[in-house]
Amino acid sequence: MSFDVPEDRRYMESHEWALETDDVVRVGITEFAQDELGDVVFVELPDEGDDVAADEEFGVIESIKAVSDLYAPVSGEVVGVNEALFDSPELVNDDPFGDGWMLEIDPADESELADLLSADEYEDQIA
Amino acid sequence: MPLQTPPLRGLHADRGAKFTEFGGWDMPVEFDSIREEHEAVRSAAGIFDVSHMGEIHVTGPDATTLMGRLTTNDVTALDVGDSQYAAITDEDGVIVDDTVVYRLPDEDDRPAYLFVPNAGNDEATHERWLSYRNEWGLEATVDNRTDEYAMFAVQGPDATGLVSDAAEGSVTDLSRFEARYATVAGVECWTARTGYTGEDGFEFVVPWNDAETVWSAFDCQPCGLGARDTLRIEAGYLLAGQDFDRESNPRTPYEAGIGFTVKLDTEFVGRDALERVKEEGVEEKLVGFRLIDRGVPRHGYDITNTEGRVIGTVTSGTMSPTLGSPIGMGYVPVEYAEPGTTLRVVVRGQSKKARVETIPFIETV
Repeated sequence: MSFDVPEDRRYMESHEWALETDDVVRVGITEFAQDELGDVVFVELPDEGDDVAADEEFGVIESIKAVSDLYAPVSGEVVGVNEALFDSPELVNDDPFGDGWMLEIDPADESELADLLSADEYEDQIA
Repeated sequence: MPLQTPPLRGLHADRGAKFTEFGGWDMPVEFDSIREEHEAVRSAAGIFDVSHMGEIHVTGPDATTLMGRLTTNDVTALDVGDSQYAAITDEDGVIVDDTVVYRLPDEDDRPAYLFVPNAGNDEATHERWLSYRNEWGLEATVDNRTDEYAMFAVQGPDATGLVSDAAEGSVTDLSRFEARYATVAGVECWTARTGYTGEDGFEFVVPWNDAETVWSAFDCQPCGLGARDTLRIEAGYLLAGQDFDRESNPRTPYEAGIGFTVKLDTEFVGRDALERVKEEGVEEKLVGFRLIDRGVPRHGYDITNTEGRVIGTVTSGTMSPTLGSPIGMGYVPVEYAEPGTTLRVVVRGQSKKARVETIPFIETV
């Protein structure tokens, strides 16, 4: 089975993606990750205004069968939270790169993005 | 040790199933989505490969005595084609396993039984039966036939129609817990109106080599152990090794809510201990609860009272696909067991409000 890995974003080994738009970094998990987890039933996210640190846990995602920590791709302040996931966590399964996004971070250091995997590198990891 | 594989391992893999180790077996955990599979069973039908379950065959002049002394239920109540749920207990009345005992047609004018221990327990159970048989000098043969049979469960409101189409002659006249040999897709199978999902349905004990023929006769949603788990939790059914475990969580049938399987007017290993437990009453009981706060209760999480004192542990928990709420089970002191009692479940360090509910959580057959 092959999974979509959009070229327009960067990836973590722990399967989060980061997409930079308008000085904000949007964060979610990959199609591969949501498929591994199965039906997502619960997402715990930080509040707007909280600070997150690169490579540190920022939340938790639970499927029927598993619990996983979520890791921040970059450091910075949380400026957006996808609250739709609280009532409809299945959006992560349905549209992991779109409506299933989780956080928007105002990055403290944009160079951290360069440390992440490219789409090709991530594709190799999940191959 | 290499994992044992069900006969249809390859077929399931081709169908895109994901696998998990369970009781020493490599079993499909999910075919499409646990939620989809769960909903199919509640609203239509699903088929499960449960070939990891054991099959022990017992026959001979003393077969009834042997079965009766090693299971808590009254095996003499079984006519040919009947089955019953029972516990297997040790001398202390602690559950070693739970099982379904089927009374097969007599063999050479001797009573014959088939019973189904949990995955990975077949060898130990076989040895237990042989050891007690020898100790008591009973005349019975005990065969572990786990490797000879596949086992499938077709469950859900549409199961009757599917089975009716696949079987020669009528088997849908079987009552709950009745069984007989029936020809399904040309294969003779032990066919029972039993299951572990809370729905109406049938289970088939199928010769290993004919597994694919029988499996393919049912055009319905294939389901993995993931959906089996969410379905059985909603139905309040126990999972061996989780809701009871002789070593890590020793429980009597009375604590586990299956006291109805204990017939104290029969003689069996553990009877005297269980008679004392029944007279004295239990200190702890398995309860069902629903989480009021957001979160998912999982096996091993602490249960506390409203003051934060740990009073128990979650044995099973999930997000219920049918109810759309987080539900679970666990043992608590009897003073906290009344439905409506407020408890707390500690979910990754956070105390979440929960309320004791009557199990089963859903209506079952």
